[in-house]
Amino acid sequence: MARGDYMLVVGAGKVGWNLTRELIDSGHEVTLIESDRERYLTVEQELEHRVLYGDASELWVLERAGISRAAMVIAVTGDDEDNLLICQVAKDKYGVERVIARVNNPRNRQHFDLLGVKPYVSATDLIMRLIEREVPRYGLVHLLDLADAKIEIIDLLIGEEATVVGKRIDQLEMPKGSLLISVVRGGSGFVPTADTVLEAGDEVLAVLDPSAEEELTAYLGLDGGDGGTVNRQTI
Amino acid sequence: MLADGHEVSCLDEDPDSHARLELGLESSWEDEGGQFTVGTGLEIDALLTAGIETADVFVASTNGDNTNIVIAQIAQRRFEVETVIARILDPYRAEWYETQGLHTICPTRVAIEMLEADVRKISSERESGEQLGDG
Repeated sequence: MARGDYMLVVGAGKVGWNLTRELIDSGHEVTLIESDRERYLTVEQELEHRVLYGDASELWVLERAGISRAAMVIAVTGDDEDNLLICQVAKDKYGVERVIARVNNPRNRQHFDLLGVKPYVSATDLIMRLIEREVPRYGLVHLLDLADAKIEIIDLLIGEEATVVGKRIDQLEMPKGSLLISVVRGGSGFVPTADTVLEAGDEVLAVLDPSAEEELTAYLGLDGGDGGTVNRQTI
Repeated sequence: MLADGHEVSCLDEDPDSHARLELGLESSWEDEGGQFTVGTGLEIDALLTAGIETADVFVASTNGDNTNIVIAQIAQRRFEVETVIARILDPYRAEWYETQGLHTICPTRVAIEMLEADVRKISSERESGEQLGDG
């Protein structure tokens, strides 16, 4: 049977409730499952029949929620074991193609990897990324880690002291296995050409082989040592 | 298992559980050859301290089905323990994980079977009693 656009969200906490509301507003068919009776009654006042009372780690609850026709299951309870197992049975038993799990304790990520539940979302990780972005010491943000594809995309801010300021793209000595893919300047982005000149304040995206990352950061003066404080802070 | 001469290591998040292990023992759990580690089964460090790497058998029997299912799979897939047994109260899930290669014990199923057997036995005794009476 072809699966349409039906989604199951498990856990009506702040994340689950708001997510469900957003999904419904953007036209999706969603059922939210909540195991706490009181919380269910609160949420039910707004979402009515779109919220179901039950413990989604029990298979019959998932079945009653119509998991066999769900295209996606999103498990965002506060319990990592629940999220992990709900996604595991959704995929392995009911053939749900897409699952998203919330990881509450980042230490549990390894268990999600082990049981093949991907992708997962960890609020701690997201906040860590924001900190890395906001604290200049890091200067370099991993946007996307495609571990299996052996490729990653990083975001760099070109500082005033950077050696690459004023250089044309075709003059850059980019490490092998790395490539600049876009430049954001003055709020608008473009794809650089060979004669694009880099300016201080440019935000550039680079796609690279993870093994080239050290060389790239060294080249751009990010990697300590001779870089000094100014370089570290500005690039 | 300890009394049978096996080497047994117990992992529990409650330090007080140690006292329960010693009920009926003449000396301490350790003196009898047992090992006890405080921690949860989701902590890899705790599993390592408890000696999972050298275990021949791993039994996941906490009071939570979900925990048991997760740690049994960790023991099986990550540490490749030869025999892994998980206690799962929910019969439906026990059945499914059994088909996924996990050895499960479902106390609910066992209790149902025992109750059924008892009820059958009692009613058949009664029936045969009645038949005798009729005859």
